Amino acid sequence: MLTKRIIPCMDIQNGKIVKGINFLNIREVGDPVEQGRYYASHGADELVYLDITATDEKRKVFLSLVREIAQAINIPFTVGGGISTIDDVSALLDAGADKISINSAAVKNPKLITELANRFGSQCIVVAIDTKNEEGDWYVYVHGGKTKTPLKTIDWAKQAEELGAGEILLTSMNNDGTKNGFANDITKRVSQSLNIPVIASGGAGTMEHFADVFTTGCADAALAASVFHYKEIEIPVLKKFLSEQNISVRI
Amino acid sequence: MNVVVIRYGAGNIQSVLFALQRIGITPTLSSDPAVIAKADKVIFPGVGEASGTMKELKASGLNNVIKELKQPFLGICLGLQLMCKHSEEGNVDCLGIFDLNVKKFIPADNVKVPHVGWNTIQNLKGPLFNGIPENSFVYYVHSFYAEPGKETAATTNYINPFSASLSKGNFHAVQFHPEKSGTVGESILKNFISL
Repeated sequence: MLTKRIIPCMDIQNGKIVKGINFLNIREVGDPVEQGRYYASHGADELVYLDITATDEKRKVFLSLVREIAQAINIPFTVGGGISTIDDVSALLDAGADKISINSAAVKNPKLITELANRFGSQCIVVAIDTKNEEGDWYVYVHGGKTKTPLKTIDWAKQAEELGAGEILLTSMNNDGTKNGFANDITKRVSQSLNIPVIASGGAGTMEHFADVFTTGCADAALAASVFHYKEIEIPVLKKFLSEQNISVRI
Repeated sequence: MNVVVIRYGAGNIQSVLFALQRIGITPTLSSDPAVIAKADKVIFPGVGEASGTMKELKASGLNNVIKELKQPFLGICLGLQLMCKHSEEGNVDCLGIFDLNVKKFIPADNVKVPHVGWNTIQNLKGPLFNGIPENSFVYYVHSFYAEPGKETAATTNYINPFSASLSKGNFHAVQFHPEKSGTVGESILKNFISL
């Protein structure tokens, strides 16, 4: 039976994992290769690395890091952050990334999804959507959540699938950082409207939140950062808990 | 140990090279028939579209080279599908090493296609699975599958049972990605290397 996936996410700046405590205070929490190796050997099903600096100069640092990660890690990993061209994707896949995620660049130029899917295959193209609930509806935000678009999340997710996305990474800005649980309503709507897997992100605080997003939210995978980085939740313990709730996981 | 990974039109073979390095092998990447023929072991990886990659294999003559090989040979993912008789992906005749057809998953109620993630393998047979327990987890990413048949060496259930692995003489193949399947995948690669 296909299992629900648990995915730790690492934000990378200058070759280190960082975690924003708030907008002004970004704290280093570890080495991406060592941390990735730890997660891989402690039950993570996949990893996500996001380059949060993403200037041209810093991108080279990230690229050599991707190569080191690929050499060390024996499970799949996705990389994202500032990817906007076929050349960006080609370099990351050549370095050994299994999948790439695109966000703002896909909203700006939806044809990019099709171009990437045709060139590299849908299986490695993840479309990341940052969404926010406003006045009862969910809208797409870009540029790291700074800019609102008129796109409704459900419409954009469907369009991304039609254009060739292989997976959707859906982050709720309302929930992100709250530790009050995932946005189960929009996650369920997107997951049930699409035929491709949906990774839920934003709001994980307890093990029950993961169970909820897999059952109520119909998510195929759940992503989290700080609860794993700070060992508030250990993945083997989480998986045992989920398994006891009759949620199928890889143990 | 001279392990050659075949370079052809298919993408993302870097992870296969790195996985071999992790088990102590320094592979050679080549599309040269002479280099491939002299290898101790040959690996045929690949992610991509069947009809396009078959066209490239034919253009380079590698289709005939592969069929004549006598050393242990391992197809991975698209590699497995191309070793079958025919694929629905682009409706193309493939290498015909395995007497099986490749079909597209038809989405069922709340079951998505592609099949992405970790699933279990059953009915394990043959040397690739030495020491691998039934129902071990492996990582999949695919929309097409080979039906089960007499050459099937492992099965997985997704929408319907399909061939997780095929084996016939020196030819072996897996639909999942051993290079991304954690320690189980590494054991399967080691089993292949020690054939």
